[in-house]
Amino acid sequence: MDQGFELIDAAVTKLKRILEGKPEPAFGSHEYIENYTIVYNMCTQKPPDDLSQQLYDKYGGIFEDYDKHTMLPSIMEKHDEYMLRELSRMWDINKIMVRWLSHFFFYLDRYFITRRSLPSLTEVGMTCFRDHVYNNVHFNVKQVIIALIHKEREGQQVDSALLKNILDLFVQSGKGSMERYEDDFEKFFLQETASYYSRRSSSWILEDSCPEYMIKSEESLKKEKERVTHYLHSTTEPKLVEVVQTRLLVLVAKQLLEKESSGCSALLRDDKIDDLSRMYRLYHEIPKGLEPVAKAFRLHVTSEGNGLIKQAEDAATSGSVEEQVLVRKIIDLHDKYMAYVMDCFQNHTLFHKALKEAFEIFCNKKVAGSSSAELLATFCDNLFKKAGNDKSNDDSTIESTIDNVVKLLDYISDKDLFAEFYRKKQARRLLFGKFNDEHERSILTKLKGQFGGQFTSKMEGMVTDMQLAKDQQTGFEEHIKNGNTGKPKGVDFTVNVLTTGFWPSYKTSDLNLPLEMVNCIESFKAYYETKTKHRRLMWIYSLGICHLNGRFDPKPIELIVSTYQAAVLCAFNNTERLTYQELFEQLNLSHEDLVRVLHSLSCAKYKFLKKEPASKTISKTDSFEFNSKFTDKMRKCGESRYVPLPPVDDRKKVVEDVDKDRRYAIDASLVRIMKSRKVLPHQQLVSECVEQLSRMFKPDIKMIKKRIEDLISRDYLERDIENPNTFKYVA
Amino acid sequence: MRRSSAASKKKSDSITSSTTDLFRSGPSKATSKEMDRIDHLFNQYANTSSNLIDPEGIEELCSNLEVPHTDIRILMLAWKMKAEKQGYFTQEEWRRGLKALRADTLSKLKKALPELEKEVRRQSNFADFYAYAFRYCLTEEKQKSIDIETICQLLDIVMGSTFRAQVDYFVEYLKIQNDYKVINMDQWMGFDRFCNEISFPEMTEYNPELAWPLVLDSFVEWISEKQA
Repeated sequence: MDQGFELIDAAVTKLKRILEGKPEPAFGSHEYIENYTIVYNMCTQKPPDDLSQQLYDKYGGIFEDYDKHTMLPSIMEKHDEYMLRELSRMWDINKIMVRWLSHFFFYLDRYFITRRSLPSLTEVGMTCFRDHVYNNVHFNVKQVIIALIHKEREGQQVDSALLKNILDLFVQSGKGSMERYEDDFEKFFLQETASYYSRRSSSWILEDSCPEYMIKSEESLKKEKERVTHYLHSTTEPKLVEVVQTRLLVLVAKQLLEKESSGCSALLRDDKIDDLSRMYRLYHEIPKGLEPVAKAFRLHVTSEGNGLIKQAEDAATSGSVEEQVLVRKIIDLHDKYMAYVMDCFQNHTLFHKALKEAFEIFCNKKVAGSSSAELLATFCDNLFKKAGNDKSNDDSTIESTIDNVVKLLDYISDKDLFAEFYRKKQARRLLFGKFNDEHERSILTKLKGQFGGQFTSKMEGMVTDMQLAKDQQTGFEEHIKNGNTGKPKGVDFTVNVLTTGFWPSYKTSDLNLPLEMVNCIESFKAYYETKTKHRRLMWIYSLGICHLNGRFDPKPIELIVSTYQAAVLCAFNNTERLTYQELFEQLNLSHEDLVRVLHSLSCAKYKFLKKEPASKTISKTDSFEFNSKFTDKMRKCGESRYVPLPPVDDRKKVVEDVDKDRRYAIDASLVRIMKSRKVLPHQQLVSECVEQLSRMFKPDIKMIKKRIEDLISRDYLERDIENPNTFKYVA
Repeated sequence: MRRSSAASKKKSDSITSSTTDLFRSGPSKATSKEMDRIDHLFNQYANTSSNLIDPEGIEELCSNLEVPHTDIRILMLAWKMKAEKQGYFTQEEWRRGLKALRADTLSKLKKALPELEKEVRRQSNFADFYAYAFRYCLTEEKQKSIDIETICQLLDIVMGSTFRAQVDYFVEYLKIQNDYKVINMDQWMGFDRFCNEISFPEMTEYNPELAWPLVLDSFVEWISEKQA
């Protein structure tokens, strides 16, 4: 037995010598078997001669001894990197020793250990190393490692393989858990990293521009990630990245993004696509990191937009805004920043939202008294009017401008106001100018797609009416050709039949027309009655245009005048001279209208009539005479376009009409909600109402409250007696 | 008794015929002697041709009771009677009221007034009385609101003694504002809630986002501007 132990000792010594690099012949296979057999024999003795336990203990003892007395001292006498190397060497030696000795003592593993559920030989070897070597040196080792990492960060080379091996020891010492690695190394490493990058960030933020800072940050993150692959454990990566990001990007976000002349604002202004993409990349990784960037984006776009609005206000002379310029600029702004959102910011919803919010802020501002809804409607009006006259603007540009208009309208909260202004202007376009049917329909289709059929139904009706009117006119002319209808030959007569609900309402009057016109009207009426039953025609003379031949002494001139003007002029066909009073009685116009018309014929640019006395204003005692001496170098005279009412009055009327419609809409919405909910607290009712109507406009809370009160007094709703903040539907 | 002619003045005959039974068989059985005295008192003030106590009669009644005729107690009396038309008491209403008050003489009626006041001011009754006061002033059929001037007077009568400050401020506001020419029942009731729930003049608990009538929102805003 003792012999056995001696033999084992000898083998161990031999092994140690080999491991220490001392000249020693390697183990031959027969020695190997011999050693194995010794152990085998010692274990298979019948008890009490079974030496398994002693062998197990001896095995442990071998390691313990070697670790304590050889390995540890040898490590401790070294410093810095040398210590690491020694440790690494010892660790490697230990691993080999474990391997060889466990081969020798293998029999224990197979039976003794499993039977007694003891730690395996490998485990024992590792545990001993940990207990006697690792536990004593890890603190210092950690210091060295961190110092080396610091050196590497400063640009020097370090031995990655060495570090990897050492850190592996830390991991293994945890025996299945990462505890040792984390507590003895990682924790300190992360702390050190945090203060390192804090310092870096403080100095960079002062010296560097935003793009430069970002490049350095990106570089740092890249290097740290490489460090993980080189020697750190993979579980460290997310924690490390978080620390670096926090120090470099999160804590200084405000300072960084708001840097004068190089921060987010400046980058956006100067089209710095690469830098912005980098900014997105960096902050995208950080949870909620994009929020400050999106905020900076939103603030910048808002201020750019506000700037445009202010520019337009300043440039507005005599209250009239150059909306063509402004709207085009806003469209360009939108395109520019949308490009950023799609490109640099990878179509991220946060940036779409920021863009939307920014536009909603300045797109709803008034400019010199005009609402944005009105400006946009005027823009469309001019766009189509120009397109009618100027063929150089090709269809695809018009189409893309229309698309932009629809996009902008999305940002405007008073959409119903836009619809009303647009409708009024569309009516004028359709009735008095050349209009392009395709363009008109195109925008309506797009608006319908975006905002629903109800939004565009009236406008579509108007365009259709014009189409029908053309057909109607053809039919009328056929009808005249074929029979005697009482329409005087020599008078061309065109009628547009408008469906009442679609078109804006126009004032008219019961004008006494000249006979020729009366006959025309009667003949059309007769024709129309053959085509439709149960329809009443209301003649709007205030919108008519007449072409008259003025037989002036110098030369005949064609006069293009309104129907009212024509009626006045034709009165002079039978008499040379008429007083105001006579005209008033004959024509049946209101004083206001008559004065206006006479003024335009006798005191304005084209004086078709002579006035006595020749003052600048019309009075009821004036008398008028046909001005036979009138002449002009043109062959045609007069307004070829109907003179619209002064813009301000019109605007007021539109706003009033829209307000009225809104009141009905609010009422309807409130009733609808209460009908389905039966009982609802006040605040919920208000917020649901706002939600329902938000597609068309932003209702004023006070107005909603007023409508609720009105509905209460009309017995649609009642207040809950016990709970006065709640309303009940009254069936 | 000219019950038959009184009946023809009533809106629906059926009420009359059943109420006569009620009088005789109601819970507080008025003895026929009491009823006679009540009727006798009625006739002292009633207009003989219409068989109603008209405004003149009420004035006389008030001076006999030594109560000013704009006093809240007359309104309370009307409430007790469930009188429908302002300025008039029918015989049935008279009977109803005086029977409930157990007053069959003038002096008993006079003595009953303080007790009546206490009864009305009880939390459980006041809201009903308050609403009644509004309805009482609706003179036309289908009328739903009362003009500002009448409201101011009514507020003074009904709430003046309990919420002097609120009434004074609100009346001042109503007189100078232009948004409202009339006040409806909902707004009227809102004012009562306002007086009971909101401290005055601090009004810290007032929240315009709740369902307070808009006129009160404007009122509170006006006061805050004044105080600033």
